[in-house]
Amino acid sequence: MKKSVFFGAMTAAGLAAGAAAAGTLDDVKERGKLNCGVTTGLIGFAAPDANGEWKGFDVSVCRAVAAAALGDATAVEFVPTTGKTRFTALASGEIDMLARNTTWTFSRDVDLKFDFVGVNYYDGQGFMVPKELGVSSAKELDGATVCIQTGTTTELNLADFFRSNNISYEPVPIETNAEAQQQYLAGACDVYTTDASGLAATRAAFENPGDHVLLPEIISKEPLGPLVRHGDNDWGDVVRWTLNALITAEELGVTSANVGEMASAGNNPEVSRLLGSEGGLGAMLGLDADAFKRAIETQGNYGEIFAKNIGEDTPIGLARGLNAQWTEGGLLYSPPFR
Amino acid sequence: MTTIPDPQGGTFRLSMLLNDTRYRSMTLQAIAALILALALFYLYSNLTANLRAAGLNISFDFLGAPAGYDINQTLVDYNSQSSNLRAAIVGILNTLLVAFLACITATIFGVLAGVLRLSNNWLVSKLMAFYVEIFRNIPVLIWIIIIFTIMTAVMPGPRAFRGDAATSSMLMDLFAFTNRGVYIPGPYFTRGIGGEEGSVVNWLLVIGVLVASYFSARFMTNRANAIQADTGIRPNTLWTNLAIWFVPLIVLLFILGLSWDIPALKGFNFQGGIKIGGPLIALWFALSIYTGAFIAENVRAGIQAVSKGQTEAASALGLRGNRVMSLVVLPQALRVIIPPLISQYLNITKNSSLAIAVGYADITATLGGITLNQTGRAIECVLLLMLFYLVISLLISAGMNVYNNAMKLKER
Repeated sequence: MKKSVFFGAMTAAGLAAGAAAAGTLDDVKERGKLNCGVTTGLIGFAAPDANGEWKGFDVSVCRAVAAAALGDATAVEFVPTTGKTRFTALASGEIDMLARNTTWTFSRDVDLKFDFVGVNYYDGQGFMVPKELGVSSAKELDGATVCIQTGTTTELNLADFFRSNNISYEPVPIETNAEAQQQYLAGACDVYTTDASGLAATRAAFENPGDHVLLPEIISKEPLGPLVRHGDNDWGDVVRWTLNALITAEELGVTSANVGEMASAGNNPEVSRLLGSEGGLGAMLGLDADAFKRAIETQGNYGEIFAKNIGEDTPIGLARGLNAQWTEGGLLYSPPFR
Repeated sequence: MTTIPDPQGGTFRLSMLLNDTRYRSMTLQAIAALILALALFYLYSNLTANLRAAGLNISFDFLGAPAGYDINQTLVDYNSQSSNLRAAIVGILNTLLVAFLACITATIFGVLAGVLRLSNNWLVSKLMAFYVEIFRNIPVLIWIIIIFTIMTAVMPGPRAFRGDAATSSMLMDLFAFTNRGVYIPGPYFTRGIGGEEGSVVNWLLVIGVLVASYFSARFMTNRANAIQADTGIRPNTLWTNLAIWFVPLIVLLFILGLSWDIPALKGFNFQGGIKIGGPLIALWFALSIYTGAFIAENVRAGIQAVSKGQTEAASALGLRGNRVMSLVVLPQALRVIIPPLISQYLNITKNSSLAIAVGYADITATLGGITLNQTGRAIECVLLLMLFYLVISLLISAGMNVYNNAMKLKER
């Protein structure tokens, strides 16, 4: 009898420990800081600048969420994660959200119990080779040594691509992008493969970017997006709609420069709802009315974030392509703010 | 007549469990075991309850599913469609390979450095002291990375071997040293069983002949010992032993048609021959040289533990320096050396899990790395890893203890 009470108490304690993970929004507010998982350093997406301040495309998403939820875009603790550690970090609650070039896949969404809140970059896996090799297609890579970041979907895509084309290769598994870059430049591998955006970002950091070419083949779909733990839908909604707010802002022509006057003008009802002057959408999420306004004010809309970090005027020089608004022939299509 | 009750036949009372020294220790041990079991049960139920709360369950089904990734060094057949279990086996074999190689070379380095550190030559002994202090005081992970980085930076890439203006060339046209690894000629049999493809039977034949040679050579040595004991004259066994070792082997290899597959630059890489990958070399060398420094200290301690009187007595009997070492000092020193040597071998095996730093596909990199990542089955993979390292360490320990029992002082 006593025994069963004892074990019952222990089980209850165990369950309570598990349940404490819910309510991330409250935890974040109480802490006054957002713990955001990012890469260990990929210029343009997430990397500390010369002053040690994190900058980049994924970093802006973290900052926008912090601005919306906490009212302070700088209240973010950036946690660098590798391809291997990122999911454990999120599942264990070490980070509140992960914005780290992470591909939305079925098994990650369903089996690993995460929720992808949307896509902030439509990407695909590509190959980079030194120009002097004279390779013009990935199908000519028979027998090549390929550097690859371990623990990523690229590892599986690579195996599938070479198998379906019936050519051989030798993988060199590497932990971080920086190490991969070093190995590739030292000639320890002929090819470096990762998402095409990551390749462009890596190449931009080379001494002679012109000596390396990206092959035309894109061998996979890589929708990259921020993700949160499964089961905490309130928090998932906060991150999802902050991302949608950035995309909608671009569609509606709201920028960091004109966000103030757009909010007070009130001639477009959807803009007013987005910026909190009517509708009370922020309150429905458990935030204040100005939440999205602050996110856009501090970070700019999606287009501004893209142009500032990875756009054509930056060393990374990525075109909008698939990542243009749906009105411009791209795939970005946010549900309406209503 | 009064009868005194027999104390030996007294009935067992519950209080005797605590008061009687015959039972007390057992009672305490039983209580300790119970507490330990309860603690383990608590940890386990906590784990399962938390996993259930997070919507996860423990399942090993993923081991049968296709792994989906490729591995760059496979000792058994493997492709991306093989199961996760197969990938784990590939990893286990790679771990065992590097641990085995490193144990051998670390022992060689260690014994050499340990003996030389006791040398009377000031320069030699100081050099060895320098080696020991430098290598054992810097973490092995740093050594692995340093050696790998130097290898990739200093050695030429395969491209340097290409064309008329090649900046590098193969050593004797047989060996190629590149920053991806070392390519050496690989033996194969042209007239062997199983044709050009070859089969394992050929190699089993070679091993069989070598084992037979070993026993024949041992028989010859024993016979020589017996003759020496009888007559005092030792027959010269050098030539017979050499013949026993080499003649049957050469005849067999000639019958099987031994030939060499010489590596050649084709496409992006050298093809053919045997490739010893850069990660394997870096890991192997780093583990050997690091652990060798520890073994050197064990060897030095073992030799110094043998009383000087033993050496002097042996010299007084007229034995020369090297025979004093091999017949008198080392057999006694081994008794001191072997127990700490076991822990060094265990260290090598466990430290080989740092392989991931250089992309060597050991068990931690395959099962504990890629498989864990791609399936998300962290707890299952880590449990399997713990089980593997535990079993291997216990096996090494058991094997070395058998050797230790054979070597230790036999008291009669």
